[in-house]
Amino acid sequence: MVDKKANTKAEKEDQKLTLINKLLSEYLDKLPESLITELKEKLYKLELNEEQMRKVVEEVNRAYIRALVEPGEAAGTVAAQSVGEPGTQMTLRTFHYAGVRELNVTLGLPRLIEIVDARRTPSTPTMTIRLDEDHKYSLEKAKEVASRIERIAVENIAKSIEYDMVNSSFIIEIDEEIAQDKGIELEYVARALERLKVGTVEIEGNNIIITPTTTSPDKIKRLRERILDLRLKGIKGIKRVLVQKEGDEYVLHTDGSNLSAVLQVKGIDPHKVYTNNISEIAEVLGIEAARSAIIKEAFQVLDQQGLDVDMRHVILIADLMTCTGKIRQIGRHGVSGEKSSVLARAAFEVTVKHLLDAASHGEEDALEGVTENVIVGQSIPLGTGVVELFMRFPKEGA
Amino acid sequence: MVKFDILKHELVPKFTILSKEEVEALRQTYGIRKEHLPWIRKSDPICKVLGAKPGDVLKIERNSEVAGKSIAYRYVVPG
Repeated sequence: MVDKKANTKAEKEDQKLTLINKLLSEYLDKLPESLITELKEKLYKLELNEEQMRKVVEEVNRAYIRALVEPGEAAGTVAAQSVGEPGTQMTLRTFHYAGVRELNVTLGLPRLIEIVDARRTPSTPTMTIRLDEDHKYSLEKAKEVASRIERIAVENIAKSIEYDMVNSSFIIEIDEEIAQDKGIELEYVARALERLKVGTVEIEGNNIIITPTTTSPDKIKRLRERILDLRLKGIKGIKRVLVQKEGDEYVLHTDGSNLSAVLQVKGIDPHKVYTNNISEIAEVLGIEAARSAIIKEAFQVLDQQGLDVDMRHVILIADLMTCTGKIRQIGRHGVSGEKSSVLARAAFEVTVKHLLDAASHGEEDALEGVTENVIVGQSIPLGTGVVELFMRFPKEGA
Repeated sequence: MVKFDILKHELVPKFTILSKEEVEALRQTYGIRKEHLPWIRKSDPICKVLGAKPGDVLKIERNSEVAGKSIAYRYVVPG
């Protein structure tokens, strides 16, 4: 008996599910996936008959269509205002990265400006590197990977560097403790220095003595810099690596960014490497990845400041910045500067230069945009203004 | 060691090259020319991996936080 009851109950649920799926099947192309899933869940919980369900779905569809952007709606202006106004409330201060000790990351308005300006390198480049299955659960192994990434130069392990005028040679005292900690041997340093091909290299106790072939003071000065900056280990551009525990796995955070080189490192999960350097992402992973990175970074900045900006505004900005296949900044050298209309460009910045250039090249203005129509005093192509009338003359003899 | 595949990176959505018929159908539904779509450069790493040539149209299936899944297109341009 009990079995039978359970059976019929399960059957009923089953029937309900097929009914919902059948009802929604014709809306699969019309509604976004997230709405369909939500509808499925909600309808399943409610006790409704088929007719009521149909009505709900129809109403949702109607509300969805009503919520869509209409032709001629000033979506760009609304996006600009929606990001711009909260931007005035953001703090100008740079905070410490929550959770990561000693790692400074630009946040707030300066970072947002950096993103929309499409700067080649952010002021605080940083990477988040996740490790592969073999390395992510043990601190030892995570540190091992970190040491492969962190750039170690001679200056990082040297206690002092002096120039001996009498023998005309450099004496570099290596800090043994630090060198051991970083896993670097004295011989290795000497060999790397030899490869610079500047003179003879000798090891004397804890010191490395370089006798350069040149004695000109100018060159010696420059040589000192070159020796100190000589990379012994790690990846160019990565100044520091911090190992951080997140959940049950270890994650690396870096100071400095070099995406293409980090992808080659053993022990990381290359499919989850992230950097806040957007132009690097565009170069290595393509324009679509850069688009998602812009959205992620910009939205994160707004979110951290507690500003509730709808993601779709940010998405529109990212779409505009990436729609030519390259990252364009919002401003003089990008979106605003590349407008086809002379008057619109002149209205933005450096008015006289644009007008002069246009005059000397004999440029024409089709008066298709908003700005130029405001300037000449016509109705602007927005809302009902986008509609143009064409008249079809009756055919001859008709 | 995990071999790096650019198409599997978490920031990279799913790409497919559209056939001629699909491009034509797309043009018809939206009433546009191919150049009106957003662009992607031939030199883009994705185009190199897929072997897309200028004139092709790529279909992109993005995971959108707003819409769940969203579909976009990009027109391959030289450069």
